[in-house]
Amino acid sequence: MAAAVVRGGTEILSSVVQGQVEVHEPYGGVVPELASRDHVRCVSAVVEAALAQAGVPSHELTAIAVTAGPGLIGSLLVGLSFGKALAYRLGVPMVGVHHLNGHLASAELADASLRAPYIGLLTSGGHTALYRIEADATPQLLGETRDDAVGEAFDKVAKLLELGFPGGPAVSAAAESGDAAAVRFPRPMVNRAGFDFSFSGLKTAVALEVERRAERGALGAADVADIAASFEAAAIEVLVSRARQALREQGIGRLTVVGGVAANRRLRAEMANAAVEDGFEVSFPPPALCTDNAAMIAAAGSQLLARGDRHGLDLNSFSRGSGPL
Amino acid sequence: MRFHSRSPDATQAAAGLLAASLPGDGLLLVLSGPLGAGKTLFAKGLAEGLGVDPEAVTSPTFAICSEYDLADGRRLAHLDGYRLESAAELESAGFLDLLVTGTIILIEWGERFRDALPADRIEIQISRPDETPTHRRLDAVASGPTAARALAEWGSKLVGEIGRQPELPEEKDG
Repeated sequence: MAAAVVRGGTEILSSVVQGQVEVHEPYGGVVPELASRDHVRCVSAVVEAALAQAGVPSHELTAIAVTAGPGLIGSLLVGLSFGKALAYRLGVPMVGVHHLNGHLASAELADASLRAPYIGLLTSGGHTALYRIEADATPQLLGETRDDAVGEAFDKVAKLLELGFPGGPAVSAAAESGDAAAVRFPRPMVNRAGFDFSFSGLKTAVALEVERRAERGALGAADVADIAASFEAAAIEVLVSRARQALREQGIGRLTVVGGVAANRRLRAEMANAAVEDGFEVSFPPPALCTDNAAMIAAAGSQLLARGDRHGLDLNSFSRGSGPL
Repeated sequence: MRFHSRSPDATQAAAGLLAASLPGDGLLLVLSGPLGAGKTLFAKGLAEGLGVDPEAVTSPTFAICSEYDLADGRRLAHLDGYRLESAAELESAGFLDLLVTGTIILIEWGERFRDALPADRIEIQISRPDETPTHRRLDAVASGPTAARALAEWGSKLVGEIGRQPELPEEKDG
């Protein structure tokens, strides 16, 4: 659950994220956004905190943007219902935002000089996708994962290697002392046409490697480090390779990488190398804007409102795809 | 019932045959197996057998539940209990709302919440019986009359259409 007050679609007056990581950490969860009853309990407090930090009384709000999906329906409904009620009470327009378009909007929120067209690589615990972004248009999906998201792969590999949560930083930390060439894991889909991704086979290959080594005795720290490094190298290579392909085939020289995995240091370094080699510009929003937050939803909502989009109070939430949006 | 799959394609095809064996008013399928066993692949095959584009079926770990409307008016609900810790969280994810006529429910990691699940169901366990990377063993057990009929139908389809004789398990309770 998160709330933010944003002025003009670009200026963040406040951004509050109700962290639930602590609550769910013992379960090795992926995204700390689980229990809708927690949302019911904290939605008012989070919104009030955002207003207070911004120093903006609620009657000064001019519009409400709220996430409609995709995600866990129960949690989405809490936010959507609250947003509808608030917009109704204040008599201001409401617009439903696609969570992934929110992530993409974080790029322009972080860098006001960013100008379309550009390619957006979205890498998170729930999604992995490439978009082409044009001014004043809905982001065009070029390709997405056919099975697991890359962040999910990191989380599940962390579980296989008995590392901590969240899995991304845990795998990266373990990988630092490992040999990325120790195991030649597959790079799924990279030689196929199109822009889709697949990380399930890579996860399976890691599971098989863990099993193979475990049969010879318990995994030592060196085993864990080598597998983590080899996995990370494979996953990152897939992301970098697909992004380069998209830039080349779409004839675009600008890339932005958003979503939680954009914080990965190996991804940043290898993408920066690729940018030098291929001659494109790349930017990464700061981590606070890469992980789930409400400021990016406000930014995406502002773009929609500027185009004249409005939603009625009958807007429904959705678990996958693009629903009614 | 026990079935040996020698490739991801065979697993997907077997799941497609299960789709064709399900009753019109829906059934609960519980799918278990370790990370990387092929649970989401099985879900893709089931969805394909129900007329859904398998490429649209992705891991539901993030959203917990993905729903697909079928051409015949039925609905497929693909759930993932991986991130859920309790039956209460399963309920919070909207599980009870899915228990309506015409909904086929496939839940991964659902064996962790057996007490919260309807009794009439098929449980499918995917395992890796040896070191062959693509070899999977599927063990399916029905509990309840509707599930037993569907499982028997699935078994006969596997024999007939894939041409492999599913091994009979040593013992089964449904």
